[in-house]
Amino acid sequence: MAVRNSLSGQLFRRSSVVAGARFMSSWFRSIEPAPKDPILGVTEAFLADQSPNKVNVGVGAYRDDNGKPVVLECVREAEKRIAGSQFMEYLPIGGSIKMVEESLKLAYGENSEFIKDKRIGAVQALSGTGACRLFAAFQHRFHPNSQIYIPVPTWANHHNIWRDAGVPMKTFRYYHPETRGLDFSGLMEDIKNAPDGSFFLLHACAHNPTGVDPSEEQWREISSLIKVKGHFPFFDMAYQGFASGDPERDAKAIRIFLEDGHLIGLAQSYAKNMGLYGQRVGCLSVLCEDEKQAVAVKSQLQLLARPMYSNPPVHGALIVSTVLGDPELKNLWLKEVKVMADRIIGMRATLRENLEKLGSPLPWQHITNQIGMFCYSGLTPEQVDRMTSEFHIYMTRNGRISMAGLNTGNVGYVANAIHEVTKSA
Amino acid sequence: MASSVLSIATQCVSPNASSLSINETHKGKAKLGGSTLRFSKSSGRISMTVAVNVSRFEGIPMAPPDPILGVSEAFRADTNDVKLNLGVGAYRTEELQPYVLNVVKKAENLMLERGDNKEYLPIEGLAAFNKATAELLLGADNPAIKEQRIATVQGLSGTGSLRLGAALIERYFPGSKVLISAPTWGNHKNIFNDARVPWSEYRYYDPRTVGLDFEGMIEDIKAAPEGTFVLLHGCAHNPTGIDPTPEQWEKIADVIQQKNHIPFFDVAYQGFASGSLDEDAASVRLFVARGMEVLVAQSYSKNLGLYAERIGAMNVISSSSESATRVKSQLKRLARPMYSNPPVHGARIVANVVGTPVLFDEWKAEMEMMAGRIKNVRQKLYDSISSKDKSGKDWSFILKQIGMFSYTGLNKNQSDNMTNKWHVYMTKDGRISLAGLSLAKCEYLADAIIDSYHNVS
Repeated sequence: MAVRNSLSGQLFRRSSVVAGARFMSSWFRSIEPAPKDPILGVTEAFLADQSPNKVNVGVGAYRDDNGKPVVLECVREAEKRIAGSQFMEYLPIGGSIKMVEESLKLAYGENSEFIKDKRIGAVQALSGTGACRLFAAFQHRFHPNSQIYIPVPTWANHHNIWRDAGVPMKTFRYYHPETRGLDFSGLMEDIKNAPDGSFFLLHACAHNPTGVDPSEEQWREISSLIKVKGHFPFFDMAYQGFASGDPERDAKAIRIFLEDGHLIGLAQSYAKNMGLYGQRVGCLSVLCEDEKQAVAVKSQLQLLARPMYSNPPVHGALIVSTVLGDPELKNLWLKEVKVMADRIIGMRATLRENLEKLGSPLPWQHITNQIGMFCYSGLTPEQVDRMTSEFHIYMTRNGRISMAGLNTGNVGYVANAIHEVTKSA
Repeated sequence: MASSVLSIATQCVSPNASSLSINETHKGKAKLGGSTLRFSKSSGRISMTVAVNVSRFEGIPMAPPDPILGVSEAFRADTNDVKLNLGVGAYRTEELQPYVLNVVKKAENLMLERGDNKEYLPIEGLAAFNKATAELLLGADNPAIKEQRIATVQGLSGTGSLRLGAALIERYFPGSKVLISAPTWGNHKNIFNDARVPWSEYRYYDPRTVGLDFEGMIEDIKAAPEGTFVLLHGCAHNPTGIDPTPEQWEKIADVIQQKNHIPFFDVAYQGFASGSLDEDAASVRLFVARGMEVLVAQSYSKNLGLYAERIGAMNVISSSSESATRVKSQLKRLARPMYSNPPVHGARIVANVVGTPVLFDEWKAEMEMMAGRIKNVRQKLYDSISSKDKSGKDWSFILKQIGMFSYTGLNKNQSDNMTNKWHVYMTKDGRISLAGLSLAKCEYLADAIIDSYHNVS
C-alpha cells in the first residue's frame, strides 16, 4: 500500500531538528487535495470575485428582490419566544419529539391514519443531507446487497451520500434534454427493468437540479408501476411549500403513494422552506406495517445516529416546532413561504420574457414549465464557463440556475448574458 | 371514473407480496385483502396493481437502549422521591438543575439583537469559530498556529469530530488500527466500528489501585504495530476520572514517538477538569511542542454547557501548512455526504464568547465555578464515605480522580444494586457523574456505595 511504503521510507529519512522540537516527516503526504465541491465551490469562487456586476445563481439559497438572504418573520418571532427559556440539555438521540410530530403532519397529512396508528418510525436529522445519509446507512445495514436507483440527473451530493454509506448506485432516466422536460417513457421503462424490490430515490417536488416534476397523472402511473415491481420508494423532499407555494400541493406525490399503499421512506428538510439553512434541521421517516415495527426501525436509526453525532442540534428544531405548533405562527409561515415561491415564479416568467424579447433563437418555455428553485437552462459547460469568465455570473457547470439568485435588478443582465453565450448555438 | 376493461398487469410480482384473492369490480377502487387496488389508465390499457403491504424492514430487531443515554430514560421513568441521576455527564447546579452559562445567555442576546442571518456555513464551519477553537486548544501564540499547520473543521460536538477523524483514518490509512483505553467512553467503539476502523485496547484502569495501570499502558502502546493511532483523553478521562501525571505524559509521548504512532486526542473537558483552560490542555500542547503530528477532537458540550447545540471541532496538526491544506480539503469531503455543513448556532455562541474579552473572562470564571463545585462534591463524598465506612478501605481515589466522572470500582451487580435498591442511576461500569451530585445528597450516596460495595458481589 502506498502509505505503508512511504512510512518505511520515512523511518530512515533524516528528520530535521528544530530548537528542541523534532519534526518528523508527515503522515499526510499521500493525502491529495480534494476537488472543490461542485456546488458549494461556486459560492467560494463568487465571493472571491471583485466585479460589481457579479451574480450568484449557484447555490440554492433564497434571496429577496434585493439579493439579500431572508430570515422569515415567523422564525424571528419563534426565536424571541425560545430565547433564554430552554436549557441546552442533550436532545434524545432521535431528536425533538415535537418537531418530528409536526414534520410528519406536514408531510403525511394533518389527520394521517399512519400517524394515529403510530406506524411511522421517525427521527430528527441533520437537514436533508443527514436524513438521506441516515437512510443510506440504514439501507446498507439491513439490505447490504441492495442498490439505490437515482434519477439522471440528481443533486450532486446524492452520489456522495450513498457512496460513502457503501451502497452502490444505479441510474434511471429522468431528464429529457431535447424537450428540457421529463423523459417519462424512459423513466417507466427503467423502473420496469430494474429487478423487483429495488430501492428508488424520488424527488417529491421541485426536482433538483432540473425543476422538472412529473404531473399528477404521471405520478399515479409511476406509483402503480413501482407497486407492481415491489420497489421501495424513498422520497427526498427538500422544497415542500417552496415549489408551488402550497405545502399540501407539494406533498401530492407522497400522498398518492400513501394512498396506493406504499411503505415509503422520506427525507424532509427545513433549509429552504423555513430558511433555516445553517441550522441543519430535517426529519427522516420510514412508514412501517405497524407500531411495533416503527419502534424497532426508530431504535435502529438511533443506533446509526449515535456514532455519527450522538444527538441532533436543538436550536433549529425548537424553531420548527414553535412555528408549526402555533396556529398563528404557522399561518404566518404559510404566507411567507408563498411569498418566496411567488417571487421565484415571477422571476421565471420575467427571465423567459426577456430572452424571448432579445430574439433568442432557442426555445425557453422550459423556464416557466419547470418548478422550484432551480432551472435547468440547457447551457453547456462551455457556455457556463463563458457566463462566469465574461459576465461574472456564477452557476454550476451542469447549466443549473438558482432562480432565487435572480431579482428585478439583475434579471435583465443575466438574460442578456444567456443570450450572448447561446445565440450562436 | 369511466369503467373500462380490466386486464391483469405484468407478470412481475414482488417476492414479498403474499398471495391475495382478487375481488374484481369494474369501477373505482376494490378492496383486496386489507389493501386497495387502484385502477389507472396507461397508454390505453387499464392495469390493475396489487397493493403490497409487506414491509422491507420486517426482520429488523429492536436495538438495545444506549447504555449511557438509556440511563436517563430509566431515571425519568422512576417515580421514587429519593432517586438520583448520576448517569449522563451533564452538569447540574447544587439544586440539581441544568445550567445555562450566563455568558451563553449574553452571547445569544447579542446574536438576537444583531439579527444574524441563517445562511449555510461553509462545509468546514464558521471561520471565527475555527480560529477561536484552535487558539483555545494550543494557545494563540503557538508556532503550529503561526505556521498555519493546523487543519480545523467545525464538527458536531465531540462525537461528530471523532467520526470525521475516524473516517479520515479509514480512507487514508487503510489497515491502520486505533488503540483505545480500557475502559473508554462507550461511544468510542461505536464510532470506530461504524467508520470501519479496527481497534484494540491498551491497559489503562487498574482495579486494584482504582488508578492508572501505567506500566500496562506503556507496554501495550509499545507492542502495537508502528503507525497505530493512539486515542488519548486530553484531561478528565471518561469514565474513570484518572489522568496521567505530567511526568507520565512525557513518557507516553516518548513511547509514541519511538513507535511512530499517531496520537489522537479526545478533548471534551478543557477548562472543566481543573478549572483552567491552559492547564487542561497541557497534555495536547506537550505533544505538539515535540513537533508531533496530532489529531484532536474538541467539544463545547460541557465547558460551555452547549450540549444540545452540537458544537466541537476536528483539528489535525501536521508538519507543514501545505499538508494541513490538503488534509482540511479531505475532511470537508468526508463531511459533505454526512451533513453538508455544520449547524451555525453553537458556533456563533462560542465565537462570540471567546471573541469578546469581557465575555471570555466571565466564561473562565464560570468554568472555575463549575469545576470548583465538582471538587467540593468530591471532597464531601469522600468525607462522608470515610467517616461511615469502618472497613479501612482506601477511598482516596475519589479525590485523586478529576473531572465530571468517578470510577467507583463497583462492578455490574453492585451498580445494579445502586439502582434497584437505592434508586441511584449510573452506568453499569461503575461510573458516576459527580456533576449530577449535590452536597446535600452526598450522605445518601455514601450509604448506597458502602452497601453496594460490601453487601453485594
